[in-house]
Amino acid sequence: MSRLVFNDLSVWFGEGASRVDAVRHATFEVPSGASFGLVGESGSGKSTILRALMGLAPDWSGEMIVGEQRLGPKRNRAFYKQVQMVFQDPYASLHPRHSVDQVLSEVLKLHGFRDINRRVQALLDDVGLGPGFRFRYPHQLSGGQRQRVAIARALAPEPSVLLLDEPTSALDVSVQAEVLNLLNDLREEHRLTYLLVSHDLAVVAHMCQSTAVMQNGEIVEMLTVEDMRAMRARHPYTCHLLESASGYNPNAAQAL
Amino acid sequence: MNRQDISRNPDDPRLGFRAWLLTDTPSSRLHARCVAFYAGWLKLRSNTMAMVGLGILILLVLVAAFAPWLAPHDPLAQNLAGRLQPPLSESHLLGTDSLGRDILSRLIYGSRITLYIVALVALIAPIAGLLVGTIAGYAGGIVDAILMRITDIFLAFPRLVLALAFVAALGAGIENAVLAISITAWPPYARLARAETLTIRNSDYISAIRLQGAGPIRIITRHIWPLCTSSLIVRVTLDMAGVILAAAGLGFLGLGAQPPSPEWGAMIAEGRRFILDSWWVATMPGLAIFTVSLAFNLLGDGLRDVLDPKEGG
Repeated sequence: MSRLVFNDLSVWFGEGASRVDAVRHATFEVPSGASFGLVGESGSGKSTILRALMGLAPDWSGEMIVGEQRLGPKRNRAFYKQVQMVFQDPYASLHPRHSVDQVLSEVLKLHGFRDINRRVQALLDDVGLGPGFRFRYPHQLSGGQRQRVAIARALAPEPSVLLLDEPTSALDVSVQAEVLNLLNDLREEHRLTYLLVSHDLAVVAHMCQSTAVMQNGEIVEMLTVEDMRAMRARHPYTCHLLESASGYNPNAAQAL
Repeated sequence: MNRQDISRNPDDPRLGFRAWLLTDTPSSRLHARCVAFYAGWLKLRSNTMAMVGLGILILLVLVAAFAPWLAPHDPLAQNLAGRLQPPLSESHLLGTDSLGRDILSRLIYGSRITLYIVALVALIAPIAGLLVGTIAGYAGGIVDAILMRITDIFLAFPRLVLALAFVAALGAGIENAVLAISITAWPPYARLARAETLTIRNSDYISAIRLQGAGPIRIITRHIWPLCTSSLIVRVTLDMAGVILAAAGLGFLGLGAQPPSPEWGAMIAEGRRFILDSWWVATMPGLAIFTVSLAFNLLGDGLRDVLDPKEGG
């Protein structure tokens, strides 16, 4: 019902000599209800895939399918009711002059919900913020609380797919686990499909069942979390990533 | 109850209105807005010069509102026998002008005209500039190019000369002076609003609301305008001095308020002929213009500190 299919997706910015190919021929599928991770270093094109799906990157070719529907160049409100996104930096993704209540009730109004008061309350409960946070402004919230508000905003239209663009990389280490566990709980509760972008293998291992590893705009390898935990990777770049994630290795240091 | 209890228990109803205004956990939309407003007011209040400016402006409004009760004489009543009396003379605190009219009364009634001009320009110019600037900044491309080139054309003329041309075309009078000043005053606002819009447009929170299916009109009016208005308000208060001077300048040149009306610029123009032997005729309205301009500048400086959107409030 809410599976995601990417078929030979290429995304580029600019034209002619200044053209930059951010994503080249990416093909992968996220089954309905699954949690899929995209891993890679900065600039490998992983966030660009999310932006292309959301319609924020206009120049793309190939095929993107959400559920049974093939996406065209424009997205309508029905699409945004089905697919939502949580941004990386909670300090930049909340309007500085809108209170939590304003943010959530505006989104609910946009999607034509009626019982806004009750729903705002329920959304705040969902993300673990008490009613005391309802009328606060972003500058009165911590980073983790802001990200919870951003998650509540993404959940407001009751989507079936949630795109997570490094949802914890701007947060304190102590808060990261809280937010990740919250996201895991929400996925079970609302039966969501996750497409998660991260450069942190630990986050992906904690959140996802399978992953695609990206380098320079191309998917170099797909592997399951079990493969990843067992360090069973074929592509040298993936091996390199896994090694660097497993911490300090004296043998590797000596080899250098 | 000692101090510590107070800080521990902000919702205690016994603490009253002030605690209600300072709470961290507002209980309704209105409450949240009051708290934000009160925090801004506290910040503005700590700026002494801004409060001096605000005080002068409140005084100006009160004087304008109660002019008939405050003015000792009819501002238009002539008395040729008592013309050009110096300040502090009998029953004329600030003296009389060349037709024997009481200068203090004329200044008091003139404050109405000044406020009228300031209020109208402060409404027309920033709103026009905000509309043009945000549309240009958000739409981009050809719309941006056309709107900003029109703005450039208006900016290419010296302000007073352009205002003179408009008044000459429309006919002399206070309404036309206001219109002419507004027409020449909006381009800087448009530029400011466009620059703000360009920095806001690509931010994550605009993307986020766009991903909820919001259209461009909602994004501009609900999400971009609130962030532009604070810098525009500051700019308006700082510009008001210039507007008063431009209105006075038009009055001085005989293209603004027409002779019997006690507009401050026109009063200076009348006093010009006697400036060597009756200095007070031109000096008193000059001092009034100076004071009000200064007050607007002081308040603008204070507001800039309070409303700075970069501080996240």
